Amino acid sequence: MYPDDLRYDKAHEWVRLEGDVVAIGISHFAQNQLGEVVYVDLPSEGESLSAGDVFGEIESVKSVSELYSPVDGEIVEVNDTLADAPETVNEDPYGKGWMIKVRLSDPAQLDDLLSAVEYEALLSEEA
Amino acid sequence: MRHISVTCEQREAMLRAVGCESVEELFADIPRDARFDRELAIEGGLAEMELVAHVRGLAGANTPAGGMVSFAGAGCYDHYVPAIVDHVLRKPEFFTAYTPYQPEVSQGTLQAMYEYQSMMALLTGMDVSNASLYDGATALVEAAMMAVRITRRRQVVCAGTVHPEWQSTLLTYAAAGNFDVAFVPSRGGAVAFDSEDVTSVLREGATAALLVSSPNVLGNVEDVQRAASLAHETGALLVVAANPLLLAVMASPGDQGADIVVGEGQPLGNAMSFGGPGFGFFACREEYLRHVPGRLVGRTVDMDGNPAFVLTLSTREQHIRREKATSNICSNQALCALAAAVYLSAVGRDGLAATARACIAKAHYLREALLATGRFRAPWDSAFAHEFGLIYDGDVTAMRDALFAQGFLAGVPLSMLGPLDRTGIDPGVADSIVLFAVTEKRSRAEIDEFAARVAAL
Amino acid sequence: MTGQPRHAERGVRRGPRELIFEMGSPESRCVEPPALDVPEVDLAEALGGAVREEPVALPRVTEVQIARHYAHLASMNFGVDSGSYPLGSCTMKYNPRVNEDAARLEGFAGLHPYQPLESVQGALEMMAGLAEALAEVSGLPGVTLQPAAGAHGELTALMCIRAYHAERGAVRSRVLIPDTAHGTNPATVAMCGYDVTTVRSDAAGGVDVVALREALDADVAAVMLTNPNTLGLFDENILEVTRLVHAAGALAYCDGANLNAVMGISRPGGIGFDALHINLHKTFSTPHGGGGPGAGPVCVSAELAPYLPGPIPVRVPDGTFRFENPARSIGRVRSFYGNVGVLVRAYAYVRALGGAGLREVSEQAVLSANYLKERLRTHYDLPYDKTCMHEFVLSGSRQKREYGVRTLDIAKRLLDFGFHPPTVYFPLIVEEALMIEPTETESLAELDRFVDAMVAIAEEAAAEPEVPKGAPYTTPVRRLDEAGAARNPDLRYRPEV
Repeated sequence: MYPDDLRYDKAHEWVRLEGDVVAIGISHFAQNQLGEVVYVDLPSEGESLSAGDVFGEIESVKSVSELYSPVDGEIVEVNDTLADAPETVNEDPYGKGWMIKVRLSDPAQLDDLLSAVEYEALLSEEA
Repeated sequence: MRHISVTCEQREAMLRAVGCESVEELFADIPRDARFDRELAIEGGLAEMELVAHVRGLAGANTPAGGMVSFAGAGCYDHYVPAIVDHVLRKPEFFTAYTPYQPEVSQGTLQAMYEYQSMMALLTGMDVSNASLYDGATALVEAAMMAVRITRRRQVVCAGTVHPEWQSTLLTYAAAGNFDVAFVPSRGGAVAFDSEDVTSVLREGATAALLVSSPNVLGNVEDVQRAASLAHETGALLVVAANPLLLAVMASPGDQGADIVVGEGQPLGNAMSFGGPGFGFFACREEYLRHVPGRLVGRTVDMDGNPAFVLTLSTREQHIRREKATSNICSNQALCALAAAVYLSAVGRDGLAATARACIAKAHYLREALLATGRFRAPWDSAFAHEFGLIYDGDVTAMRDALFAQGFLAGVPLSMLGPLDRTGIDPGVADSIVLFAVTEKRSRAEIDEFAARVAAL
Repeated sequence: MTGQPRHAERGVRRGPRELIFEMGSPESRCVEPPALDVPEVDLAEALGGAVREEPVALPRVTEVQIARHYAHLASMNFGVDSGSYPLGSCTMKYNPRVNEDAARLEGFAGLHPYQPLESVQGALEMMAGLAEALAEVSGLPGVTLQPAAGAHGELTALMCIRAYHAERGAVRSRVLIPDTAHGTNPATVAMCGYDVTTVRSDAAGGVDVVALREALDADVAAVMLTNPNTLGLFDENILEVTRLVHAAGALAYCDGANLNAVMGISRPGGIGFDALHINLHKTFSTPHGGGGPGAGPVCVSAELAPYLPGPIPVRVPDGTFRFENPARSIGRVRSFYGNVGVLVRAYAYVRALGGAGLREVSEQAVLSANYLKERLRTHYDLPYDKTCMHEFVLSGSRQKREYGVRTLDIAKRLLDFGFHPPTVYFPLIVEEALMIEPTETESLAELDRFVDAMVAIAEEAAAEPEVPKGAPYTTPVRRLDEAGAARNPDLRYRPEV
C-alpha cells in the first residue's frame, strides 16, 4: 500500500526521487478517501513551486481537494494523460497516476518528509 | 384552509409521545426574551371561496397588457403561449418536486433539463448550456464574473445599449469589489465598434469581457462579429445577450464569435407576469465548462446499464466548493426553463422561425405605419428585428394615456427603463423616444387601427 | 427482505426512452402561427446581414407526442403530491392549488412590467400586502421582494450591509459563518467581496460563544447565522450572540431557511438580527418547481432599509400604490420587480392562514419533527439529544460502523418504500447525517409510515445489509454512474448533420 522507496507528507502526497527530479502524486489512502476521481486540475510546465503551495485540485463526484507541493522547485513535466483518464489516480496511484515532476531546488527537503513506516503510523493515528 | 392533516386528538397523542404537556413546552429552549409575545397582526383566515374572490379582486384592479393590443416589450414580450405548455407545467410531479438531487426519482426533471440544455445550445450556437439562472440581468452578471475568473482580469466593458436595468444590476454586483465596469456609448442606435468609443476602453491585458446585447435595448442589431474580433484581439471574452426567440432566424452568436451567450428566456413560453418569473439562460464554449455557474444535467447510465440523467460537475457549485464556488446560485428557474422546452417543442423548428419572421415583419410594418402618421420620426436608421424606437413629437405620457384608454398599450417610453446617461443618446431626444415591440399576436388590422388612432390624436 | 420487490421481480421498467429530438418527423407540427398578414421582409436586409443560414435543429413533433413525452417524464418524477418529502431545511410542504390558480389569473400573469402605474394597482397592493406580512413575521420593517431565490436574497442583504459600513467609512473585510452553515452562505460572502471566517459550534449545537468572541473584531462586517440552525436547534445563546456582534460594530444576518419553525413564536428582528432572507418556496408554500423558481425576499431593520434595492411597492396615504427607490439604494439586483408569479402564490397563502394560522403552522411543524425524533431515536444515533424545532439530525454512524450500510444506502432504500429521502451528509459537522423535516402538512399516518420504513431499514441493515446497499430496486432507474457522467460530460443532444 505504501512503497518503501517513496517519501510522504501529512497532506497525503508522495514523492519519488528520479535523479534531480521528483515525481509527485497522492497516496493510496488519499485516493481511497476521495473515491472515484473524476477530474484532476494540474498546473503548466515551467511554474515554480514552494513547499506547501497548492499546485492543483483533484475532484471526485461530490468533493474537491487541493493538491500541495511537498517540495520547492520548478515543474518540468505534467501528467497530461490524467485529463482524459482521471481514474488512473485510483487504479495506479504510485505509477501511471503521478501528477507532476519537479526539479528540486533543495534536495535536502526530502529528508523532512515521512518514510513509509512513519506515514503509516500517521494514518493509524488519524484513524 | 390550514393545510394541517393532524387532528386535535392526534395532536394530543403526539404531545404525549414526546413527553410534553403542551405545545408551549416544545419551545422551552427559546429564551423568554427571544419570544414573540402577541399574535401576528396579519389578516387572513379566508375560506378558499373568499380567498378566490379576494385575489380575483386584486387581479381585477389591474388592466393586463395581455388582454390589450400591446406594443410593449423592452425585455418582456407578449408572445402566444400554446395550451400544451401550461398543461405540462401543471403536472404536480414537475411543479411540486425539489431540485433533482435524488436522480433515481427525478428522471423527469433531469431529462427535461437535458433537452432544454440541448435546445439552448442549438439556439445560441454554443457547445453547452446550463439548466437556467434567475433572469437575463443576472445571467449577464454571471457571465461577466465568469470572464473575470477565466481571464484573471477585473475590468468588464459593457455596451451602453444593454438594457439599463441590466446595467444597474451589473453595477450593483460590481460594487462588491470583485470587478469594475466601463460603458461604451452608442451612436445612431448601436455601438460603433470601430470608433474610439470602444478602442479607448478595451484594454489589452486588463479587459476580461466585452458585453454586448443584440438586438440591443433599442431593438437594433449590433455588429457582433466586429465586437468578437475586437474583444479577442485584447484577450477578452465576448459575452452576447440575445433574444432566444429571434435566434431562430438571426445568426447564432456562436457563429459570430461569442464565447458566452446569455439572455432572458421569458419570450419562450413564459407569461409576462409583471416581469417575473422568467429565466436566465447561459451557454458557452466547452473550454469554459468548469467555470460555468449553476446546475448542469448530464447523460449517463445506471448500474444496470440503462440510460439515465444526473446533475453533474457539481464540484463547481456552492454546496461543495463553498466560498470558491463558481456562483452562490442554488435555486434556479427550472419550471420556467421547462416551459421553454415545451414551448420550443410545440412551435418546433419551423414554427419558431415562422414566429420570429412574423414578429420582424410586423414590427417593420408598424414602423412604417407610425412614421406615415407624421406624429413620429426616426432617431436613427439602424437594422432592427421586432422592436424599434421612434421619437414622439409631443407629450409621451399624454399620448400613451390617451391610447391606453382606447385599449392600446403604446409601447414603452425609453425613460421608464432607468437612467439613460450611459446609452450615449442625446438626453434631449432620449426622453421623447418610445420603444415599440411587435409579436406574432398582433394582426395587421390591429396595427392599422393603432396607427389610425395615433394619427387621430 | 422487508416487503419490497427486488429488482428482478419487478414488472415493466419506466426508465428513460427516447429524447424529444428523436421523435416526430419533418412533417410533424404542433402549434403554428397564423398565416402572415403583412408583407414579408427580406431578413438579411432587415437584420443587417446577421441571418442564420441553417434552421435550428429543434424537434418537429405533434401535440400528442409532446403530451405523452411529458406524461412519461412526469411518471419518473417524485413530487410532494407523490409522497412524503422530509428533506431537511427544504420545507417540502404541500402546495395549495388555489395559489396556482391565483398566479395564473390574467390580471397578474398578463401584466407587462412597464404598464402605466394606474393599470397595475392591484399587483402593487398584493406586493405591498405581502411585504407587510413578511415584515410582521420577521419583526423587520424594510422589505424587498426583488430577489429571485434564497441565495439571491443572501447576496442582496450582504450588499446592503456592505453599503451600510461603507457609508460609515468602515473598512471591514470578513464575514463570520458557523460550521453548520449552508454552502450558499460562504459562496455569497465571496461574491460580495468578503473573506469567510468559520466559527465552530459548541457541544449543544449552537454558536460557540467563546469562539465567536475571539473571532469578532473591527474587521468583521457581519455574522451570518441560520436560526433555528441546520441541526434543527434554536440557539439558546442567540441574544448574547447578537449582542456581541453589535458590540463589535458588525451586523447580524439571519438565513431564513428555517423560518417555518418560528412564525409567531420568535421574530428575527426581536432577537437582534438586522437582516433576514425568507424562502417563499419553503415557508410560504410556493412550489419548488424541480429547482425553481423561488423567491427570496429580504427583510431588514430601519437602519438598513435605505440601502435596499428598488423599486419597492409602497402604500400611499391616499390609498393608491406606487414604486419608490430607497434613498441610498444599492441598486437593482435583477430586472423588473421580482418573481411576481411566486409572490402571488405566497400572498394567497398568507391570506388563507393569517397571523394565527401561520403560528399553527410552526407549532405543528415542530411537534411533527419532535414526534419523528422520539420514535426514531433508538434506531439511529441522535447526536444532539434536545427538543428540536421543525427538523432534527440523525446519524447513520452505527449502521455504517456495524454493518457497512452508509447513510447514502439508507436514503436510496427509502425510495423503495415510497419516500423521498431526508437531506443527507449535511450539516457537515455530523457524520453520516440524515436531516429530517416532516413539515406541518404530513398526516400522523404518513409520519408513522415513515417511522416504519426507517425502522425496517435499520433492521434490514443489521439482518441483510446487502439489500440497502443495492437499493433502490423499484425506481425508474437505479443508482447512476455519476463518476462516468463527470469524467465524460454529455450535456446535450447533438443532431446528426
